[in-house]
Amino acid sequence: MNWISNYVRPRFRALVAKSEVPDNLWEKCDSCGQMIFHRELAQNLRVCPHCSHHMRIPVNQRLELLFDEGQYQTIELPEAAQDPLRFRDRRRYTERLREARAKTEAQDAIVVAHGTIGGGKAVVAAFNFAFMGGSMGVAVGEGLLAAAKLACLQEAPLIAIPASGGARMQEGILSLMQMPRTTIAVEMVKDAGLPYIVLLSDPTTGGVSASFAMLGDIAVSEPGAVIGFAGARVIEETIREKLPEGFQRAEYLLEHGMIDMVVDRRELRETLGRTIKLLCRPEPEGEIVPLPGTDLDVPEKTRVTEASRPDGQDRPAE
Amino acid sequence: MHFLDFEKPIAELEGKIEELRHLSDTGDMNIAEEVSKLQAKAERLLRQTYAKLTPWQKTQVARHPERPHFSDYVDRLVEDFTPLCGDRLFGEDRAIIGGLGRFRGHTCMWIGHEKGHDTATRVRHNFGMARPEGYRKAQRLMRMAERFGLPVITLVDTPGAYPGIGAEERGQAEAIARAIETCLDIKVPLISAVIGEGGSGGAIALASANTVVMLEHSIYSVISPEGCASILWRSGDQAKEAAEALRLTAQDLHRLGVIDHVVTEPLGGAQRDGTATIDAVGRVLEREMMSLREHDGPTLKRLRRDKFLEMGKQGLH
Repeated sequence: MNWISNYVRPRFRALVAKSEVPDNLWEKCDSCGQMIFHRELAQNLRVCPHCSHHMRIPVNQRLELLFDEGQYQTIELPEAAQDPLRFRDRRRYTERLREARAKTEAQDAIVVAHGTIGGGKAVVAAFNFAFMGGSMGVAVGEGLLAAAKLACLQEAPLIAIPASGGARMQEGILSLMQMPRTTIAVEMVKDAGLPYIVLLSDPTTGGVSASFAMLGDIAVSEPGAVIGFAGARVIEETIREKLPEGFQRAEYLLEHGMIDMVVDRRELRETLGRTIKLLCRPEPEGEIVPLPGTDLDVPEKTRVTEASRPDGQDRPAE
Repeated sequence: MHFLDFEKPIAELEGKIEELRHLSDTGDMNIAEEVSKLQAKAERLLRQTYAKLTPWQKTQVARHPERPHFSDYVDRLVEDFTPLCGDRLFGEDRAIIGGLGRFRGHTCMWIGHEKGHDTATRVRHNFGMARPEGYRKAQRLMRMAERFGLPVITLVDTPGAYPGIGAEERGQAEAIARAIETCLDIKVPLISAVIGEGGSGGAIALASANTVVMLEHSIYSVISPEGCASILWRSGDQAKEAAEALRLTAQDLHRLGVIDHVVTEPLGGAQRDGTATIDAVGRVLEREMMSLREHDGPTLKRLRRDKFLEMGKQGLH
């Protein structure tokens, strides 16, 4: 390993590989192993047509599939301190950042967008897993705070979509401090009386799971998503036992009461749109017509008793 | 006395002093002189060593088994300590102890990680690694303190939250997240002291406080140096380098604006004089408590929020 293989070669590769045709027209499903044509996979929102396995999805596609007609506006995020610790492991953090930016054409691991979902306004803060594993540092914290402020300004619900291995180690303690900071972001939205919904996507672990991601009014996840605090390997090494089948998967969390629902990606927009509408527009949308046949269903005697009840205190005898 | 590997020369000197002392019981003047000379030398060596501890050495000091732990602080600083147990949902987690007691005359809620001091107590307290029940108990006690207008004092000393199947099943992540949320929300003074190891999410769950102080040789980090090394260097052997890179010392964290005060430890670390250490921490806690008591509830909450929102703007540059 030297700087040629680390630095020059990826640069060259990036230059050469900038063609419109994907190098691989067929992708193998990680779950069932079937080969899927790339266009079919894209059409199916990266859900395997054979086994319904939900593959990870790039952040821009994620936003497209959520917002109505795939239309949304992203906002510019505040600039955060670059490499506050002057961190260096085998490589400099600044170098890793530069590389991630070149690879993803993004500034950091979060995108904040707004638009409508199912006809209702919504602000979405979505993680970009391709950017250093979606790890949370100062910039991501700032992004979530910006999203919370935008939601309050627009009086729109906030939807957070973590896809992250956890804290960004290269920002040390400051990445840990994003746990209280993002919690404050959530509180801002809740204080404003607005819904805060979390869509836990694969993976949501570490410091990200143990802060804003677990504080949703409503927690939704996609099938098979890994969600948990400690990494599976760390747990296995600590307890020296095999982990149970499906451990830390979305269905497992649903079973243990940690999330509200597991929703197929193809039904996400509808589910989120409906939920937002239920919370944000609690009043009836049109004139209310009496239920048909009410008069016939209620026995004469009961109706009289109900009407004669002065303050609803004495219930009619059953 | 348990000596750390870098303290070997000091240990040798002190061993020699001890030997000579036995001899000097016979009343030989020359030996007594020799002893005092050696003692001066040992002290000089100790001073030199502790004046420039590396981050990795500090990590070892922070984890020293003879450092005072939560129970030692409570024994010395708190009168009428009344432990309160259980999260009212599932169980009692002894990795986090909490309870009411009088501190300098004022009733306070004390909450903290307890690591234990021998094998039996370490196992009993799970080495200070809490499960969801511990964080939920902490939430419950913080809310209770808020209800009665009592200041909350938390002592942080944990390698991290416990990684286990049961802990995950019962929502470790959610328990920590809610504990942070509770810390940030309560309308009473919240003061935290990192007295040993401030391990990641397990630490911040109790330390999203108005004031955070750290002992001089304690550490506070997003991940243990060993964990960081095994991920970024692909080998746990680089823990030393990781400790440097993570900036986990009290001094660096103070420069970063993450903590408010560094409390000086006795010469040779807290393990050499537990009582003096506890008293030093006690003095700072008292001062902070008295100054925070002057604010009303909503102001305390706002100050806490503003403080965390400010963080991260200041790097080490």
